[in-house]
Amino acid sequence: MKHSSLVALKVLVWLACLAPFGWLVWGAATTSLGPDATATITFATGRTTLRLLAITLAIAPVRKLIPKLTWIIRFRRLLGLFTFFYATLHLLTWVALYAGFDVNRMATDVVKRRYITAGMAAWLLMLPLAATSTNWAIRKLGGKRWNRLHQLIYLAAVCGVVHYWWQVKTGVLTPLAITIVIAVLLLARPVLNLAQRRRPRPAEA
Amino acid sequence: MLIGKPPSIPSSQITPRDQYMNRRRFLRGSLAGAAALGATAFGGERLAQVLSPRTSVLAGTRLQTVKSPLTTTGEQLTSFEDITHYNNFYEFGVEKGDPAKNDGGLPTRPWTVQVEGLVKQPKTFDIDALMKLRPLEDRVYRHRCVEAWSMVVPWVGYSLSEFIKQCEPLSTAKYVQFISYYDRHVEKWADEVAGIVWPYSEGLRMDEAMNELTLLTFGLYGQELPNQNGAPIRIVVPWKYGYKSAKSIVRVRFVKDEPPTTWNQQAPSAYGFYSNVNPNVDTVPWNQATERRVGLPFWQQRRTTLLFNGYGQQVAYLYKGMDLRKNY
Repeated sequence: MKHSSLVALKVLVWLACLAPFGWLVWGAATTSLGPDATATITFATGRTTLRLLAITLAIAPVRKLIPKLTWIIRFRRLLGLFTFFYATLHLLTWVALYAGFDVNRMATDVVKRRYITAGMAAWLLMLPLAATSTNWAIRKLGGKRWNRLHQLIYLAAVCGVVHYWWQVKTGVLTPLAITIVIAVLLLARPVLNLAQRRRPRPAEA
Repeated sequence: MLIGKPPSIPSSQITPRDQYMNRRRFLRGSLAGAAALGATAFGGERLAQVLSPRTSVLAGTRLQTVKSPLTTTGEQLTSFEDITHYNNFYEFGVEKGDPAKNDGGLPTRPWTVQVEGLVKQPKTFDIDALMKLRPLEDRVYRHRCVEAWSMVVPWVGYSLSEFIKQCEPLSTAKYVQFISYYDRHVEKWADEVAGIVWPYSEGLRMDEAMNELTLLTFGLYGQELPNQNGAPIRIVVPWKYGYKSAKSIVRVRFVKDEPPTTWNQQAPSAYGFYSNVNPNVDTVPWNQATERRVGLPFWQQRRTTLLFNGYGQQVAYLYKGMDLRKNY
């Protein structure tokens, strides 16, 4: 891929990733976030986190399936960090608009409310990944250790989806679509690995 | 907490209180009137919309109403737009905006309410007759959803007790059950929720139903109920979480034992039969200590939730001696 088209694509991805945030800022400025603004912000940041997480998780299997697209790896860090950005906004929504910065209430929520426990776990699992996203950190840790650490994202994804299911009312199926997408992306990994191992080498064929 | 019968108000005090509580409307009315006079030259309707946005969308049939001493004072009303576009009415979809979009098929006329069970004699009431049974009152109530959001709604109706007297229940009737309209051809979205057995069913203990705050409701903002708010007839129980206030009622049944209620059957640990608004008792998954008032900017929404949604003076006596943690 040419350098200029890569730069153009990066700009586009940045804009696309910032769009949900821009929409919220615009809505807050014009007080047009719907009847329940707090709920709108909570849902928008949570949903964007899971969607970006799904896109980030899709990078590796897509590269394996379509060798022509190997260059998309250059976008994974960007997407991963935006996932963390929205997860952090989502967390801050709870800290500020729900708990009102009351540490006691937050502690009670984390202990008593399992959907908050799961959500908090997901964010904490992503924290070291965001912290070690620099080239310097990769060099310092070494590729192998860095890769192993970043497998935490699978656990974070599971916690994120569980968090969503535990938050909705019993019987409400809204989380189903994103659950299927993330489940497929997680299962694609062992399946593709297995397929690759079984594929006979050209010399043996 | 105050437990006991509500203090009786001398009738001499009711009128001044009444005027006090309607001062906003009076002011708004005179303002709008003055504005309309001054603005006829430059298109008064636009100006009226600027002065009172969101409430000028009243399109339904106006109702003849009278004032009520049981109205809640000192609260800013939630806009008509928000009350009618932020609804939980799962038969018409699970998103808050779905009912307003999907409820066009609800056949509100002709409409009858069947009364059955432990009554002197089963009866069927026509909706238009029910609306004339007693004078329709304007009653502003706080409305608190279990999802921890709240509104202030100017309902129109009369005390359910007036209707119950007409039903002539037997002394063996200890509970009253409300069954909502259900037709899966009209309410195609009901299947979006797994596990609920339709029609929607709710219930109250007899003394709760007879409390004068419990409102048999036909309208809001002075007009007939929009479909998404439970047209043409619903109950409103302001000291309980919103789902206790059944919508679009077709059957009222007087029974001896606690009737099955929809959300309680769906998840007993989260939704109790009583479901009184209680900041000290959390329900899964929500923290009930605070709530978000609908229609305000996000930095102004949060407020403290009141026991019995602030109606303890009128209803706390109903639960005297009961452990509200157990009977949640």
